[in-house]
Amino acid sequence: MKEIKILCPTAALGFGCPAASFEAGLKRKPDVIGVDAGSTDPGPFYLGKGQTILGWGAQKKDLEIYLEAQQKHNIPLIIGSAGGPGSQEVLDETIRIVKEIASDKKYSFKLARIGSDFDKDYLKDCFAKNKIKLFETADELTVEEIDRAEHIVAQMGVEPIIEALKMEADVVIAGRAYDPAVFAALPILKGFDPGLAIHMGQILECGAMAAEPAAGADCLLATMSENSFTVEPLNQERKATIKSVAAHTFYENTNPVQLLFPGGMIDLSETTFEQVNERVVQIAKTRFVQSDQYTLKLEGSKKTGYRTIFIAGVKDPIFIQSVDDIIEQVKNDIALQLPYKQGDDYQIVFHLYGKNAVMGASEPNTDFTPHELGIVGEAIAKTQDIANSVCSFLHKVLLHYPYEGRKQIAGNLAFLYSPSFYNLGEVYEFNIYHLLEVDDPLAQFPITIEELKNDQF
Amino acid sequence: MNETRTLGQIAKFLRSKNAGPFNLTLDIFFYNTEDYEKAKSSGVINKELISRLYHIDIDDINIIEFDPAAAIKISFPRRIPSGSVKDSDIYGAQQHAPLFDIKIPW
Repeated sequence: MKEIKILCPTAALGFGCPAASFEAGLKRKPDVIGVDAGSTDPGPFYLGKGQTILGWGAQKKDLEIYLEAQQKHNIPLIIGSAGGPGSQEVLDETIRIVKEIASDKKYSFKLARIGSDFDKDYLKDCFAKNKIKLFETADELTVEEIDRAEHIVAQMGVEPIIEALKMEADVVIAGRAYDPAVFAALPILKGFDPGLAIHMGQILECGAMAAEPAAGADCLLATMSENSFTVEPLNQERKATIKSVAAHTFYENTNPVQLLFPGGMIDLSETTFEQVNERVVQIAKTRFVQSDQYTLKLEGSKKTGYRTIFIAGVKDPIFIQSVDDIIEQVKNDIALQLPYKQGDDYQIVFHLYGKNAVMGASEPNTDFTPHELGIVGEAIAKTQDIANSVCSFLHKVLLHYPYEGRKQIAGNLAFLYSPSFYNLGEVYEFNIYHLLEVDDPLAQFPITIEELKNDQF
Repeated sequence: MNETRTLGQIAKFLRSKNAGPFNLTLDIFFYNTEDYEKAKSSGVINKELISRLYHIDIDDINIIEFDPAAAIKISFPRRIPSGSVKDSDIYGAQQHAPLFDIKIPW
């Protein structure tokens, strides 16, 4: 076994990277380019709505650069969690853009699409057979919640991507995928140690975030050999250090010593980090632990209503002093006047910026009077019309509310804009975040191969 | 003998972030192993303190010390899942601030 080189140009498709870093990466003759395009981090809206997170324009610009490299160097390009949430619409839009670029630039290649959407009847069947287990929520799944989800996907492991590579795909566009899988798939296919490969992918998935100074929009290169791998940034102004690389193992997880993924976990309790030279770190002894039962992490998002908000500032010291009481009184007053039922038809939420908006009930500093407040008031209702009506009424009543001790009588709120309230559309929440037990890591991720032929004239 | 430093003074990075939509994780990174060991051996950063600071049930808190990174990780479930109604920090990126004032004997 010799070496394999894996290039990650950027933390997320669309973030871009310095051209010089990417060129330096290509000069090192990588065997594969991997890019992660998605996350649940931006919240449940994107999966619920089936909408991309970063703009398509930025993603297309990145795809053009990576596809050019794929063609020039004849190495696989693998995109995971296409479009952000990885669900059908955004996966297919990514495919459409890839084909558009191929057609414009006269590229020919074998394109693989890997779907990650789940059929509700299939899931209900799994649910009935007790194959769906609690994960990080305390809420047991129900058939009703399966029905209410707008989209349900699961993070694929390395297996479907390996399968696409076995089918000799040049470009793999995968739906929702475990972030490190796009980097680990080819090394595992070539027989490299799966524990090290997954750990390598975990470090690479955010690009140069694992370097110093850290940056998402820059490249990171990994070189795997039989018993270890190295990582190095390609921008000479950055370096990989033991601490920067080990620190990235910390990122966005609750336990950096045991990282779970579809089909197993990696155990880092014996992992060694060694500084090879000023800019390169070598990692070894990360152990792959296969789980007895292969599980997939399901992600589902349901619509919970429609939102309309207003934004205003408050400077009046008497209002600020009794803001909590004023808000409660206004909520109660409008509940008596509106033709809708609070709770069933709508709910009102306030965010008091300057007081405790960011940390809410976790705010430790409660004995504090701000000199001004930013108020975001929201109405969430079962229809957009009701949300608009409630928010409109709410902000008018609050504007003129005759609170106790009031000295100014013109208006309680400094509105930021005209119009003063804004329709924000659908509200979603993650309602499925459970583990599905499966026997076959491939069966739920259909792979379709298309041979793109665009003759060069 | 009774000297103390705040984490704000001695930590290299203090950050909070989602670990999935249902968990929050706080990371404390130190400049060097010596500072890390000093903070670690002080025993100040424990579940009782975090429970008090964040008003979180002590049994829900998990603390891991990771020597290779010279860092301490604290995790607990989010009060409200990312993006659900009433959530005010979708990425969980601004929940680290109470860590600044933790006093470590120095």
